[in-house]
Amino acid sequence: METVLWNLLDLALAGLLLGLGWAAVASPDLKRGVILFIAFGLLLAITWARLRAPDLALAEAAIGAGISGALLLLALRDDPSSEAGDGIATGPVAWMTALLTLMLAGLFGWALLTALANPGPERLAGQVAAHLADSGVTNPVTAVLLNFRAYDTLLELAVLLAALLGIFALGPARPGFKEGGPVLDGLIRWLVPLLVVTGGYLLWVGAHAPGGAFQAGALLAAAAILLRLGGREGGGFPGPVLQRWVLAGGVGVFLLVGLAVTVVGLDFLEYPRAWSGVIILLIESFATLAIAATLALAYIGGRPSGWDASSTGRTTERQEQS
Amino acid sequence: MLTTQIIYGLAGVVLFALGVRGVLMHISLLGRVLSINVCGAGVFLVFVTLAYRGWELPPDPVPHALVLTGIVVAVSATALALALGRRLRVALDE
Amino acid sequence: MAEWVTFAFLIAGVGFFAAGSIGLLRLPDLHSRLHALTKADNLGLGLLVVGLALLDGGLVTGIKLFLIWLLVMAASAASSYLIAQQAMRRGSR
Repeated sequence: METVLWNLLDLALAGLLLGLGWAAVASPDLKRGVILFIAFGLLLAITWARLRAPDLALAEAAIGAGISGALLLLALRDDPSSEAGDGIATGPVAWMTALLTLMLAGLFGWALLTALANPGPERLAGQVAAHLADSGVTNPVTAVLLNFRAYDTLLELAVLLAALLGIFALGPARPGFKEGGPVLDGLIRWLVPLLVVTGGYLLWVGAHAPGGAFQAGALLAAAAILLRLGGREGGGFPGPVLQRWVLAGGVGVFLLVGLAVTVVGLDFLEYPRAWSGVIILLIESFATLAIAATLALAYIGGRPSGWDASSTGRTTERQEQS
Repeated sequence: MLTTQIIYGLAGVVLFALGVRGVLMHISLLGRVLSINVCGAGVFLVFVTLAYRGWELPPDPVPHALVLTGIVVAVSATALALALGRRLRVALDE
Repeated sequence: MAEWVTFAFLIAGVGFFAAGSIGLLRLPDLHSRLHALTKADNLGLGLLVVGLALLDGGLVTGIKLFLIWLLVMAASAASSYLIAQQAMRRGSR
């Protein structure tokens, strides 16, 4: 009886996901589509919680629904003509793409069902569980991210930095917002310290409970975005020189730690057993700051006012102009 | 294989197909970026479904870590795509 | 006995959410929709919070859930005010 109820819930949740996804993708009014996408992201976070992935639920709610949604809404503001209506192709193109997607879906579905029916002989979960005690943390996802597959996380931080440098190379920042009224100001006054404290808590607790650097970084980025929406141009950022250090610090500290252990004679990124917990916390702290700065600056959408090609510290002239 | 996995796995496949169709059908960049995000959500759903092992066994953490990486990379790619779109619009208007 | 009380709270909470959603779909203009959404959803969330706190049974969890309810109320109040203000400026559609 209980499994039947759970399966009913799963059917309802999956059906809602499909309905929202379809509505978000197929609506010609882009504003409506973006808002439906934000709702879709939140429903996806609930689905992660149902599938016993609480770290993913936190990250999806903060990054997938929150920051992604904010980015898409801001892009709507960039291009006012897109609010009038999007074109969706019709005619024979529509039929051919429908056929193509049906074939793709069939292939993918067949592969998935085959994979589900024949599970492999040994799964990596067993190996993770066996070595978890040596990894320095007790949350298996954090252990996989920052110890067993630390190289992948290093590359991911580098990808974030590369995307941000691409955004910077493309032009100056988007225009800011005007000063918020008393209600928005009051909300910001309460929410921003709360977000900062919760971010710090998530960073600390990621070692033994759901949480970690990415969720904490996303919360800090949300605080910076909130400040910017309230009209504070600086958005809680330090000056441009310190911004460079913070952005480089995520990848930099990771690399330095990885290289430092080679001096002692271990392999690249092979932490010594006794120090694993401390090293992971150190890397996560710098990664949190870097992720927060990257996401917040990506939201701004371009070079902030202090970052010009000619300025490396001589920013006063530029700030007087703007 | 569990019923839950079949339900969510097929939902993920359908989401992926919806996203692909959206990418091919939308004319504006924003619509395409939105559809790629839905595509990505479908793929993540398939990953997490493969990691799910029921109520007794703990779930497999390796696909969870992959999906976490994927979520963050997807948002940064979205930001870069939107910045490219903005620059393209400015360049075409000049 | 305690289980039935918990179920009653949870079902009442979901009922209020459903009422709010029906209001969102069926009411004529923006301001009445905002009214239905914030009032019904906040009350529904409050009832859900009470039900969940009873289900879990611990004091710390109950306090955390209560604080979450307060936070959601503050955020929804501020955002509905902003939406209504913006609609009034544009001449509500």
